[in-house]
Amino acid sequence: SQQVRGMATLKMISIRLKSVKNIQKITQSMKMVSAAKYTKAERELKLARPYGIGAQEFYKKAEVKDEEGEKGQLIIAVSSDRGLCGAVHSSIGRIVKTDIAANPNTKVVIVGDKVRNILQRLYAKNIAMVVTEVGRKPAVFGDAALVAQSIINSGIEFSKGKILFNAFRTVVSFRTTEMPLYSQNAVANASKLPVYDSLDSDVIQSYTEFSLASLLFYSMKENATSEQSSRMTAMDNASKNAGEMIDKLTMTFNRTRQAVITRELIEIITGAAALETKN
Amino acid sequence: MALTRSALRLFSGRFTQACQVRGYADAPSMSLTFAAPSQVLYNNISVKQIDVPSFSGSFGILPAHVPTLAVLKPGVVTVFENDGSTKKFFVSSGTVTINEDSTVQLLAEEAVPVDTLDISAAKELLAQSQSQLASASSEVAKAEAEISIEVSEALVKACE
Repeated sequence: SQQVRGMATLKMISIRLKSVKNIQKITQSMKMVSAAKYTKAERELKLARPYGIGAQEFYKKAEVKDEEGEKGQLIIAVSSDRGLCGAVHSSIGRIVKTDIAANPNTKVVIVGDKVRNILQRLYAKNIAMVVTEVGRKPAVFGDAALVAQSIINSGIEFSKGKILFNAFRTVVSFRTTEMPLYSQNAVANASKLPVYDSLDSDVIQSYTEFSLASLLFYSMKENATSEQSSRMTAMDNASKNAGEMIDKLTMTFNRTRQAVITRELIEIITGAAALETKN
Repeated sequence: MALTRSALRLFSGRFTQACQVRGYADAPSMSLTFAAPSQVLYNNISVKQIDVPSFSGSFGILPAHVPTLAVLKPGVVTVFENDGSTKKFFVSSGTVTINEDSTVQLLAEEAVPVDTLDISAAKELLAQSQSQLASASSEVAKAEAEISIEVSEALVKACE
């Protein structure tokens, strides 16, 4: 019966070994795919950065501040639909949660399914809008314009606003950052606005709407690059871990195999010795 | 259009003359960031003058221009660089910001050098948009067709 048990354990170990080897193949190929997508995303981000930084300049130079008022806060949480990318989604979800706990009068526009899953359980009533089908293909300005248009059409009002996303730093690190969003009233009441010549509410409205789309586009580009690089690292670590497991399992497999053979030999020899002494 | 542009150049000449008369120690510089979502044309580059087409009228931007915001109309942006060369770009839409410190952010939705435009393709687009307007049913479709016509008319004009 010990022999049977040995063979059964051997079978179990070899099944486990095969499955871990398959997982390692999958994680390695996911890493390759992410590496390719990351290169493209980083290239597009480099081209988008001056645009995104330029879009924020006016608000800094005109010293626009949040509107004084009770209309609440708007958070646009930029993320994506796909997982297996490290801490990308959870870091955004964590910050949104602490923010809502601090200011209950907060509406959240979620871009990407993953953050929705994180927030849905406790903060479902704070979720104003969810954008899905994000992350499969690189973002273009039209996507950001669509989201911006939906936000504008929904008529969400806010005194304080921000876009929450993961800013790309290096291949191995990203930082969860926020960009401020200002309502039209906040712009109209900016301290340095009188310096700006010949502005009417139409121009301010067009400007804030266009810059909403521009800032969203920029945050999507930064987030995409962070996500791909984070997925690359995560899959690389997974492959390494799988490799370690394979080494350990192979050792166990060989040891078990040799134990089984030794046991068989002992039984044969004992049997033969027993027959000899009998004779 | 040509008249106003030459009038602008005349004005700019007089402006620099006035500067010399007033005896400014050094010419103020203007830093331009001209970008589209997928490309960078100028990133904090010092230039002499920028002509932009906007809904509140086309105007030229010189150093120490009064701060303002404007919405871009489909048309040609002309950048006069410090070394004297001129570059023209067609922009579809966007915004321009001129700040107190003479930094200019020209954010265009799409911007292409004018010499890459194909006039026959532009005329075809114009014909297409006009037929689109004729067959448009809803207000939104009509507005979209009208925008399309505006852009293609400006495209054709830019090619000529």
